[in-house]
Amino acid sequence: MGPEAVIEVAGLTRRFGSFTAVQQVSFSVRAGEIFGFLGANGAGKSTTIRILCGLLAPSEGHACVAGIDVARDPEAVKRSIGYMSQKFSLYLDLTAEENLEFFGGAYGLGRRALRQRGRELLARVGLRERSAEITGRLPGGMRQRLALAAAMLHRPRILFLDEPTSGVDPRARQSFWALIREAAREGVTVFVTTHAMDEAEFCDRIGLMADGRLRALDTPDGLKRSFLPGEMFHLELSPDRSIDALASQPGVLRIESAGAAYRLRVEAGRFDPEKLRALLGPAAVRVERVEPDLEDVFLEVVTQARGEAVP
Amino acid sequence: MSGAILAATDLSRRFGKIVALDGLSLSMGAGELFGLVGPDGAGKTTALRLLAGQLRPDAGSVRVMARDPVREGDAVRAELGYVPQQFSLYGDLSVQENLDFFGAMFGLNGAEVEARSEELLALTRLKPFRSRRADALSGGMYKKLSVACSLLHRPRVLLLDEPTNGVDPISRRELWQLLQRFAAQGMAVLLSTPYMDEAARCHRVGLLHRGRLVRCGPPGELRHSVGHGCYWLEDLPRQIAEEVLAQTAVLTRVPQGKRYRLLVRRDGEEALAQRVSQAGGRLTPTQPGFEDLFLLFTSEGGDGA
Repeated sequence: MGPEAVIEVAGLTRRFGSFTAVQQVSFSVRAGEIFGFLGANGAGKSTTIRILCGLLAPSEGHACVAGIDVARDPEAVKRSIGYMSQKFSLYLDLTAEENLEFFGGAYGLGRRALRQRGRELLARVGLRERSAEITGRLPGGMRQRLALAAAMLHRPRILFLDEPTSGVDPRARQSFWALIREAAREGVTVFVTTHAMDEAEFCDRIGLMADGRLRALDTPDGLKRSFLPGEMFHLELSPDRSIDALASQPGVLRIESAGAAYRLRVEAGRFDPEKLRALLGPAAVRVERVEPDLEDVFLEVVTQARGEAVP
Repeated sequence: MSGAILAATDLSRRFGKIVALDGLSLSMGAGELFGLVGPDGAGKTTALRLLAGQLRPDAGSVRVMARDPVREGDAVRAELGYVPQQFSLYGDLSVQENLDFFGAMFGLNGAEVEARSEELLALTRLKPFRSRRADALSGGMYKKLSVACSLLHRPRVLLLDEPTNGVDPISRRELWQLLQRFAAQGMAVLLSTPYMDEAARCHRVGLLHRGRLVRCGPPGELRHSVGHGCYWLEDLPRQIAEEVLAQTAVLTRVPQGKRYRLLVRRDGEEALAQRVSQAGGRLTPTQPGFEDLFLLFTSEGGDGA
């Protein structure tokens, strides 16, 4: 499979008492790949990441990270990865530069090497001009870039980013992702979790967890093709109108309410905007053909996994 | 505007030298779901705190059911639910105890609290967790409990500051279904969000940038007011794509996997299409989304005009 696998997981299982948090999970991630790891709260995502980072031992199965068996040598794993999360604690009363010095010291970098690497990273994440500012006074997006720089100080081959851009606006997110892509182009493997499905689109491949199992694994486009056959429409109706007229139509696969709007998935070739308008009558404010997104995939996968009826 | 349940007129507020909010005017009717969208520091939280009467404006006014939250605080609080980003539930109290506590705070009697909290627990699907400590709830459940506690007194207006921040997609869908239900019952619901895809789910959207409301209207209308072409660029290696795209008519470009999403000025579309096809790439038109709109407005010197 092309370039070498830098993360290899086989039959990974983790139990807490009688509860199985992660069950028979297998996948591999290639060098330089941006791998998105998705799942609802409680799906087993965090447990898997903690195992991969050498913080938790598996109950069964194997995980190799950067060629190291995480169960055998968790300390070596910690040294070869970089980790950053939204809760990553930078010291808010230190300057940007001081934070990097502190974390570099913790990684055991020598003083001179550290200073140079720190400067290089501050420039790279666009904080050179602000390196002397107190971290607590930097806007959220800059703090996140600083946390990323701290995670990269020791030149790890793999970066684990746990919801790195939670609550950050699109512009700040774009610049953060530009940094992630730059790292990936240099061969760093990026393993990232996010609840923002529009952001998951930026990943090369995606693994989707539900109820402790890996339920889907593919490129974003591949996931859409296999889980969302048919065509999608975006519908806006006048506030007091109902969508019931569509629910009983043959060929309608799913109607999902999304706030004041609806997402409609139908069998291919059976509907067009004109036909939908005719069916909905004056209730239809807007009818548009849209591309399915990863939130549609996510909801579909989780619904299938639970085997529950469409709500 | 007559019949407005919530109205703000020329609302401004500064903190020291920083103008956090600069002349915000908006008005909402019953049953409306309004989204205040904007980047970090755009003034969303300040706007919500002013609307909730938690902060005094330097200029302008707020009316909730025609009352002034600053002068008639008690009357306004009876009509208003406010869910700030960090809603302080009592972590060591159970779900039910939190509801009891907030019910008492709103001056409801025991029977009222009991009836209303039953209703809200059912609506939020928190019934099975009523004896769980608030600290032990997941992010999504904690948020739902915050919303429930803010609705005990049956307010006509609900304000929520970034309610879906950090919430997983399943809980997010559930929260949105709740908000939609409240609106359908006639409540005026105003929320702020940094997520552009959520803008499309509101009846009306206000785009806040640097303290000013730069656009306001129904989401579909706003997206189509972009006035530029929206495209996918595919099948070009990154370096060649960057060269092809290096021209002023390309207003925004966002790499997404192996392709790019573009906004292109109408007068530059033809030239771009030629360059792309000469380079062997493919340009496919698509509908502009809120993210495109947002990037356009917030780009350097961009006013979206």
